[in-house]
Amino acid sequence: MTNISRRKLITTGLAATAGIGGLAVASRLARRYGLIPPDNGGVYGPGETMTYAVQKLLTRHSMAREFPRNMISKAPFANAVAPPNDQFKRLQANAFSHWRLSVDGLVARPGSFSISDLKSLPFRSQITEVVCEEGWSYVAEWIGTPLHEFLNQVGILPQARYVAYFSLDKDWWDSIDWADAHHPQTLLTWGMNDGDLPVGFGGPLRMRVPRQLGYKSVKYINRLTVTDSLKSIGKGLGSPEPEFGYSWYAGI
Amino acid sequence: MSAASPLLISAAPRHTRLVRVTHWLTVIAFFALLITGAEIVISHPRFYWGETGNVNMQPLFSLHIPSSRDTVPTGYRYVMPDQNGWSRSLHFQAAWLAVLTGLVYVVFIFFTGHLRKNLLPAPRHRNWRAFRIVIARYLRRAPPGDAEAHSYNVMQRIAYLAVIFVLFPLIIWTGLALSPAFDSAFPWAVNVLGGRQSARTLHFFVSGLLVLFLVVHVTMIFLAGFWSRMRAMITGRAALPPEKL
Repeated sequence: MTNISRRKLITTGLAATAGIGGLAVASRLARRYGLIPPDNGGVYGPGETMTYAVQKLLTRHSMAREFPRNMISKAPFANAVAPPNDQFKRLQANAFSHWRLSVDGLVARPGSFSISDLKSLPFRSQITEVVCEEGWSYVAEWIGTPLHEFLNQVGILPQARYVAYFSLDKDWWDSIDWADAHHPQTLLTWGMNDGDLPVGFGGPLRMRVPRQLGYKSVKYINRLTVTDSLKSIGKGLGSPEPEFGYSWYAGI
Repeated sequence: MSAASPLLISAAPRHTRLVRVTHWLTVIAFFALLITGAEIVISHPRFYWGETGNVNMQPLFSLHIPSSRDTVPTGYRYVMPDQNGWSRSLHFQAAWLAVLTGLVYVVFIFFTGHLRKNLLPAPRHRNWRAFRIVIARYLRRAPPGDAEAHSYNVMQRIAYLAVIFVLFPLIIWTGLALSPAFDSAFPWAVNVLGGRQSARTLHFFVSGLLVLFLVVHVTMIFLAGFWSRMRAMITGRAALPPEKL
């Protein structure tokens, strides 16, 4: 009996030491390779971190599914989010010709850009699905300036790691990591289904991040910040979503 | 060990420690997934078939319950409290617990012979007669045979194998198919299911089958003797009538 107990004690001790050591090494490696999301704390931190780390590794070179033209939804759902404030209405009255996307942070040439400035950059069109966390979805053609083309235009400083983007709708903003910011399908979207992007779908300018849920595709974008850390923006969680229990990383 | 235990407890463990630990971890994960899954469904209690589906499209079927979002037409005049935030976080964290526990369990049953000894039906039971005998005994409410004190009967084995190797893999697959990032890496995983909304509908159906298993499983435990079966799954020891010891 005592023999078994002693053996058990030793093996349990060794296993625990190995476990803790393994965790320490894993967390150091994860930090080094940027596998820790900004909302890694709290009760659900372990799940968030696991999902983000695993999916970031799995999706390094992956592309969101693109669909044939005949699969574009006849009746896409706009979701009842609109910025009815006066500032937006004034801009809308001028067909958004005074809409500006300002960019600041770790860029060589901060500035502000009109929709037609954006349209003069190389653009991309893609037919992808918008997937809402509630469960519904639709397919549409999205036309816009790839975010990486825009970032090249303003020149990124080497320590940059995240891009945060802000809506004219005051409390609505979000951020993505470097892999998503440079992903060819991440679009500063100004067109939809062969026309201008309708207001209901986020016009005049919406971020589209098709490898993540719809809530990352923030509508009415008017500011970008390139940063090395999300700690200083809002509550430091990368977006307002984690304050309501939602994941910052929405690849699921 | 057995000397200190009450007379009615047999010496041989009915369930090994690994089976007991993984069983209760799965129970925790399952209930977390079930409750949070229901909360997520309430935010859009409509189901579709194919790639896309939204309130502008005809559903395959709808649940006749109020929704937690006011954009969904349900026929009810009120909107339920929205619980999606914590529900989603807990759903995915519990899914990790279920998947990792399942992996440990499956590796264990392959390497220890538990699969061969206790889960795959014994060669002499691989026929309809063996099933009929067990079913007849269930219908007569006859007490279980000696062999069942230490292992599972053929009906149990088939039910457990179906849950472990069919329903759990299906619920994980259909769940992962709902992840836009996972689908970008493995598009076939969602395409072969018929599209994203088909995957969501199948995820719902498979969860229904798992709930059906749970109901039957718990019913059988009550019929077999709740406390003796609970003690067996907690302490590992099966209770036997004194003459069987």
